[in-house]
Amino acid sequence: MDIKQLKINYPNGINFLLTGVGGQGTILASNVLADLGMALGFDVKKAEIHGMSQRGGNVISYIRWGEHVYSPIITQGEADIILAFEKLEALRSIEQIRPDGMILINDYAIVPVTVSSGSSEYPDDEVIQESMQKFTSNTYWIKGKNIAEEIGYPKASNVVLLGALTALLEIDPKEVLRVIATRIPQKYYVFNEQAFDSGYKSIQNRSH
Amino acid sequence: MKRILSGNEAVARGAWEAGCSVASGYPGTPSTEIMETFARYPNVYAEWATNEKVGLDVAIGAAYAGKRAISTMKHVGLNVAADALFYVAMTGVEAGLVIVSADDPSMHSSQNEQDNRQFAKFSRIPCLDPADSQEARDFTIAAFDLSEQFDTPVLLRMTTRVCHTSSPVEVTEQQQQIPEKGKYPRNPAKYVMIPANARRRHPVIEERVSELSGFAENFPYNKIEYRNKSLGIITGGVAYQYAREVFPDASILKLGMVYPLPIELIRTFSESVDKVIVLEELDPFIEDQVRLMGIELYKPAKPLNSDYAHTKSIFPITGEMNSAIVRHAAYQAGLINIDVKQEPINLNVSLPARPPTLCPGCPHRSSFYVLSKLKVPVNGDIGCYTLGVAPPLSAIDTCGCMGASIGVAHGAAIAGDQERHVAVIGDSTFFHTGIPALINVAYNRSNVITIIMDNRITGMTGHQDNPGTGFTLQNQATTELDIEKLVLACGIEKVLTVEAFQVDVIEKTLKQWLKEDGPAVLITREECALLPSARKRYLPLQVTDQCNGCTVCFRIGCPAILKSEKLDPKYHRPLAIIDQELCTGCEICAQVCPRDAILFRDQVIALRKSEEG
Repeated sequence: MDIKQLKINYPNGINFLLTGVGGQGTILASNVLADLGMALGFDVKKAEIHGMSQRGGNVISYIRWGEHVYSPIITQGEADIILAFEKLEALRSIEQIRPDGMILINDYAIVPVTVSSGSSEYPDDEVIQESMQKFTSNTYWIKGKNIAEEIGYPKASNVVLLGALTALLEIDPKEVLRVIATRIPQKYYVFNEQAFDSGYKSIQNRSH
Repeated sequence: MKRILSGNEAVARGAWEAGCSVASGYPGTPSTEIMETFARYPNVYAEWATNEKVGLDVAIGAAYAGKRAISTMKHVGLNVAADALFYVAMTGVEAGLVIVSADDPSMHSSQNEQDNRQFAKFSRIPCLDPADSQEARDFTIAAFDLSEQFDTPVLLRMTTRVCHTSSPVEVTEQQQQIPEKGKYPRNPAKYVMIPANARRRHPVIEERVSELSGFAENFPYNKIEYRNKSLGIITGGVAYQYAREVFPDASILKLGMVYPLPIELIRTFSESVDKVIVLEELDPFIEDQVRLMGIELYKPAKPLNSDYAHTKSIFPITGEMNSAIVRHAAYQAGLINIDVKQEPINLNVSLPARPPTLCPGCPHRSSFYVLSKLKVPVNGDIGCYTLGVAPPLSAIDTCGCMGASIGVAHGAAIAGDQERHVAVIGDSTFFHTGIPALINVAYNRSNVITIIMDNRITGMTGHQDNPGTGFTLQNQATTELDIEKLVLACGIEKVLTVEAFQVDVIEKTLKQWLKEDGPAVLITREECALLPSARKRYLPLQVTDQCNGCTVCFRIGCPAILKSEKLDPKYHRPLAIIDQELCTGCEICAQVCPRDAILFRDQVIALRKSEEG
């Protein structure tokens, strides 16, 4: 799809919400989406909160593409697309999705200390799926972590999801890979390209 | 050409383009990246100062010496630097001086949400308040010009959302050439603030405020956008973005300079619209001044359902805003209608929290484990180690601001509190404001035990060098401060440096010291587990079948120790398991395990060898 078609499908631009746990590459993915939006000719804002801890806390960033973007933040019911790198965090952000918005979820759990210490329980997959259903049925579960591990680069589940997103938005994958290449050290590019392709194909194989 | 820059990167860019060549500041979220970015530009000097007051003094000295200079800090840093702010407001400068205060509405990583626009009014200096990255760059350049034109420091007030939001910025590749000034000023009437001179300077700076207010009438970043004239909004900073989002058709007076205000411009705007409101985050800073001008603001027909309605007319005084908050408040005030059919759906499922915790392998963990066992009152400080307050360690009882731990512990001790008081402070925070407090403990002889947690870096803000690391911000090798010698020189005779992971040594030492009288300092040393050199030593530990689920290792609060699904056959308690991706091999859990069921690093290596063999 070219940019014109993207603008027909999303006349007011696209609000992305990215969520994950520190260390999962949420910031890298949001940098790629911000650069990509600019390359596609949109006005862009990318907002993130650098929290209290360096590792283990929740990381959220917002990327907005549009004709002219004002607010840097997305609030309840305003996200067109959520990219969640962890299942619990997907659910924690679900109220932000607009009715029938699209959610891509990495099928992977990182257990928080409140669960490992026994003071609360990690929600079952059924609970997560049922809760999400209230908001949208447009959900894509992706084995991002498994795919990245098969490639031999377990950190790349963020790029697997970017590949899947590229296929769903029907953006030229070459354009996205070009942006990714500017954001990562060259020696890791091959792994990232493989991760991206696997994510891209995981969507294509579904629809055919 | 356009680049995508965060607000912080844009300030650094603007400073460089403006020919600023000296920067001094102290790290603090959300300001830190300004200095980190600026330090990488060519032909500039940038340093981490020991604290914000020193940083501002340094920038002032550079501006006196004729170099454009910038000093950066988080909002509470300006409290520390306030003494310097007030004298430089009086003296003025030779070359442009910009003070950046990064405020933190909603306290994403701060102890309060003070509104530092107030400092501009308090000290009589102009304040610019950018709304996005482009303005952050443009206003920084304008601030240097303004500083020189009016012989005043300028406050560039940022907020978290502007600091940490990235958007396209038009930049130039040209750095302004600042003409060389003559020699250092010998002008005591202006630069020596003895009372006689200060009395002559005060009317000068009051007059300067009037002149600046006149200048503000035509300042290009104060601008009116006329649209529909039934509603007019006076706004500044990031609140402008929410005004455009929620009231796309309203007329707007956007104030780039929020102090001093352009009185005629505000009057003209207010008279040309049917009703006028002020939309700003935190304090009613603009609102109060507009009211004092005798301008009548729109009043909601019925009083708003808010605890603070007496302080601010429509929008909340607490927390940062977003479109939803602004929309809701505007709806309540009768300014807009909301389609009730589009009420958002709520999740209604309670989810496990994912609170920030001390990282796996954090060298602070062992001290907090011991302190929580000893049950002594612990006065904490600002840094990663504040997380020692979280369960299961729950080892911090007070924490207020940078450097407070030692003074507060001393105060409790001399007040005759029956328990023995401990102060806990990190290396960088100790250098920042801990040293005078420790001298005070020695000088005034209280029996405070101070633990200096030396993790060889400024951790919380993302690994900045400090006087203990042996490197500067621009990566020059430098002298490495010897904490133990410094503590001795402060007059503390009982000092011990230990390896931070040695639980038994820390416990034995503290137990002994608690029996003795007099001040003492324990330095626990081990580099932050996230430093590249520490990462090279990661070696995940393992739990053996000796584990019977006794739960002692869970009490250290390490995210790498999990409850497995296997139960102990005798007690039916979940056995411990170690996450092989998270564990760094710090051995704190292995030391506290009463059954020796967690292998130490040597044992893990031996086991691996035997498995391979």
